[in-house]
Amino acid sequence: MIERALLKHSLQKAGVNLDKYAGVLIVAEQDKGEIHKVTSELLNKGKELAGKLKASLECLILAGEGIAAEELNFRGADTVYYMKSEAFEVQEEYLFKSNISEFIKEHKPEIVLVGATDFGRSLAPRVAAALRTGLTADCTEMEIDEAGKLIQIRPAFSDNILAHIRTVTYPQMATIRYKEFCESGRDASKPVNIVEVKPYLDEYDKSRVVRVFSDEEFDITEAEVIVAGGRGIRRKEDLTILEELAEVMGGAVGASRALVDAGMISGAHQVGYSGNRVKPGIYVACGISGAPQHLAGMKESDVIIAINSDPSAPIFNVCDFGYVGDLYEIVPELIRAVRRG
Amino acid sequence: MNIVVLIKEVPDMDRVKFDKEKGVVDRSSAEAEINPFDMHALQAAVDLKKKYNANVTVVTMGPPRAEKSLRDAYARGADKCVLLTDRKFGGSDTYATAITLASAIQRIKDCDLIICGEKSVDGDTAQVGAEVAEFLDLPHTYYVEKIISINETEIEVVSSKMRGSKQIRKMKLPALIGVNKNINIPQLPTLKRKLESLNIGIEKLGMDDLLDYMTEENTGFKGSPTKVSKIEIPKEASREGRIFRDDRESFIKAFIAESRC
Repeated sequence: MIERALLKHSLQKAGVNLDKYAGVLIVAEQDKGEIHKVTSELLNKGKELAGKLKASLECLILAGEGIAAEELNFRGADTVYYMKSEAFEVQEEYLFKSNISEFIKEHKPEIVLVGATDFGRSLAPRVAAALRTGLTADCTEMEIDEAGKLIQIRPAFSDNILAHIRTVTYPQMATIRYKEFCESGRDASKPVNIVEVKPYLDEYDKSRVVRVFSDEEFDITEAEVIVAGGRGIRRKEDLTILEELAEVMGGAVGASRALVDAGMISGAHQVGYSGNRVKPGIYVACGISGAPQHLAGMKESDVIIAINSDPSAPIFNVCDFGYVGDLYEIVPELIRAVRRG
Repeated sequence: MNIVVLIKEVPDMDRVKFDKEKGVVDRSSAEAEINPFDMHALQAAVDLKKKYNANVTVVTMGPPRAEKSLRDAYARGADKCVLLTDRKFGGSDTYATAITLASAIQRIKDCDLIICGEKSVDGDTAQVGAEVAEFLDLPHTYYVEKIISINETEIEVVSSKMRGSKQIRKMKLPALIGVNKNINIPQLPTLKRKLESLNIGIEKLGMDDLLDYMTEENTGFKGSPTKVSKIEIPKEASREGRIFRDDRESFIKAFIAESRC
């Protein structure tokens, strides 16, 4: 049973003093004691924004014992706040939310950036709601206007438009996808400035992570080369030619939704709007027609090479170069050619 | 057990046309439907209904025409349909939408589990579910691919992530879960339910019905902390687009040159 009138009561207490907010805060992400690379990307963007605002760049990390917090200084944070508890060794939204929002209430940064990782996408809206502030998801660009306010730019409606969004409450909060920005450079001569912060809450009995396991370590978003297959692949066994090409190029195999839905390959390999968004150095699309849903997941790749028997396939409109023909003939030739060097 | 499923009516994104001149979706170009991700949420609730005799209420916020999606949800196995509709709700961002939905859930009162889909195909923010959980102060988790067990007080689920890392999570009820598309395959409605759905009553709630839980200031454009200040049409990314048709050798040469750098 959900408590009555609790919401109205708590909303009435909202209301903030806009003048006191200052500084840019990056919420770091770590998993199993390792700092996620998206954090360095956020620090990079955060540094630029802080520079324009002449404000400080701060980073908050919630983790167990022994995280390499100084790395966050080396990557650009002026101050690192390290909230230490065993409870943060597993990702549980409520505990993270409670601590992050309490920290923000106390420190009052004007801008808060969170990585749009799986956990970040689940956590950030809760933090924003707890702070009674807005949140803009998946920003691809950010600017500071003349008044010192944050302009958040994000694609909408299947990337047909770019919306410029402003938040009228504080802090101004946004999430940014992994690999949207470059990582900040690492400078180990930068002064280490770590402030330990006591957790506000380190126990929550209404939600418990009983076990963490992993049935597939594969992460396609990390691959520098992706050889992906679509409807042009007729049988599951035929994926071996893509695997072979991926292998000789030092890459990984991707797939369109059609192959995943047909049970030919696991969802971890799926590229597209409802799968993974990837940005490799080279993306080889084999037998993929290029539906908008697939393009949304790969069109940011550095180089796109398309192979399709249908010359009118939309994939040819977004590729750097392409081959019209049978993938079953050309792919083995490519494997041989790459092997020869 | 009482389950609330949150759904959104969206345009069919594979068919909808976009008016690049005006920067708006031409809603007349495609039919509206239940957000495909929410179909999995509805199916998860219907599966629990079969197993535990649960009562499934579907809630959506939208214009009066969104009734159609609620009737579709009924045909697919929901018991009760609630439409939040009021001009005062118009222009809500995710924050204001979540407050309005949370208020409606408080009004419904008997709710043990809230289920939502992973995200919407048109907005793609995945924010509303977590925001609703926060406004109701409930535990939540996203990416649920399996409900292991549920009883009057507790739910145990497998929450999966893109990278293959998974969690088994136990939460006290009431709780909110966001499900992903691996949890089930949405079933087609039966003809009988489809016919029935044409005559069911849809409960409509407007601002006046939610005054015990929120004020007008909390919803619609006024209640939205994020404001769209400008719409820009992105420049098409220009790529060379060199197409080799019969010239296999040149293609292979270009391919090798690329794979070396």
